[in-house]
Amino acid sequence: MAYTLPRLPYSYDALEPHFDKETMEIHHSRHHQTYVNSLNAALEGSELSSLAVDEVITKLDQVPAEKRTAVRNHGGGHSNHSFFWKNLKTGTTLSGDLKAAIENGFGGFENFQQQFEKAATTVFGSGWAWLVKTDGGLKIVTTHNQDSPLMGEAVAGTSGFPIIGLDVWEHAYYLKYRNKRPDYIKAYWEVVNWDEASARFTQSG
Amino acid sequence: MSTTLVKNSALRSALRPTAPTAAKRAALTLTATRGKATLPDLPYDYGALEPAISGKIMELHHSKHHNTYVTSYNAASEKMAEAVQKGDITAQIATQPLINFHGGGHTNHTLFWENLAPKSSGGGEPPSGPLGQSIDKHFGSLDAMKENFNAALAGIQGSGWAWLVQDNQTGALQIKTYANQDPVVGQFHPVLGIDAWEHAYYLQYENRKAEYFKNIWDVINWKAADKRFK
Repeated sequence: MAYTLPRLPYSYDALEPHFDKETMEIHHSRHHQTYVNSLNAALEGSELSSLAVDEVITKLDQVPAEKRTAVRNHGGGHSNHSFFWKNLKTGTTLSGDLKAAIENGFGGFENFQQQFEKAATTVFGSGWAWLVKTDGGLKIVTTHNQDSPLMGEAVAGTSGFPIIGLDVWEHAYYLKYRNKRPDYIKAYWEVVNWDEASARFTQSG
Repeated sequence: MSTTLVKNSALRSALRPTAPTAAKRAALTLTATRGKATLPDLPYDYGALEPAISGKIMELHHSKHHNTYVTSYNAASEKMAEAVQKGDITAQIATQPLINFHGGGHTNHTLFWENLAPKSSGGGEPPSGPLGQSIDKHFGSLDAMKENFNAALAGIQGSGWAWLVQDNQTGALQIKTYANQDPVVGQFHPVLGIDAWEHAYYLQYENRKAEYFKNIWDVINWKAADKRFK
């Protein structure tokens, strides 16, 4: 079973002016496509390729050593971006249980935003910022390169179930925002999909 | 007699209205001896490396990205000095990653601008002399070395650099990749580096990084590399 590039649930210009059409197109049709192709190549002939990508990346220790880095990078990339596209939508509002949990967990929504922005700004090089659900409640964490919190502490240095996430690789923002990552991070608040986030929050128990 | 002395010293103080207090003088001395990093000027115009690297990229890369490493390194450096003065070890350790990252960024980019040159100033002209010979010895040929180098660049995950480095003990040449802004230190010293961060090529090449890696050799300044080779 080969992995495939998921279709976006919206057109490339749907997130304008916050996330530009050109970036969305290149990000989805080239960067994410490359992760999919490379993952298929790395897992060719392997039984693991019958598993969903989110599961494969929790089982990196079962991947032969010489393929492990490739599966980590490209499997992580495929998992992260598949999640990311669903995590974006304009016009949603934070409400309900997730809103309460964020306000309680971070001492108010503004505090949460500030902390998330700081985490996303201070990632060195390429990586992601996440709001994850853990046994200990909601947490803001960051991962390096294409690591996912789903990979667990031993691999990614952190763990948890992603509720929202932000790609801070330069390819995610350079065409529109150039070096101004903070401006891109601020724009994220206009396109983060709180409906999807709430569903994930509820689903994760 | 004493009145004259008082008058003279009063006069002297008046002539130095901005004479620093003892505390300020100490602070100025500390700043001066700490040696602030500064953004080096490029020895060529932003547009001089076209078509290999666009003027738009060179301007952003130098005046924004590199400049941010400089100012952030200086800020981190001051924080570190304060923490050292206070004997606050935890604060020193917490500040160290910022020094590594921004100091590394400043170091790497300074070396990078030096090892690039417009074609009119010798950019792309192959190395001769000891470095050229050493490349042939270690890699077989310049082309073989470039292939090796580009493979290393292509293999970088996320952000990083590839460097032709020289072993400080044996003098041997090697190609190594470094993550993020990790500088070449320790056993090796840098001979030639290429920035593989997306900001180094994205506006012009988008995700077609192999094309960037191929084209940049047209503006590599081997004369600078020659000088670094021991």
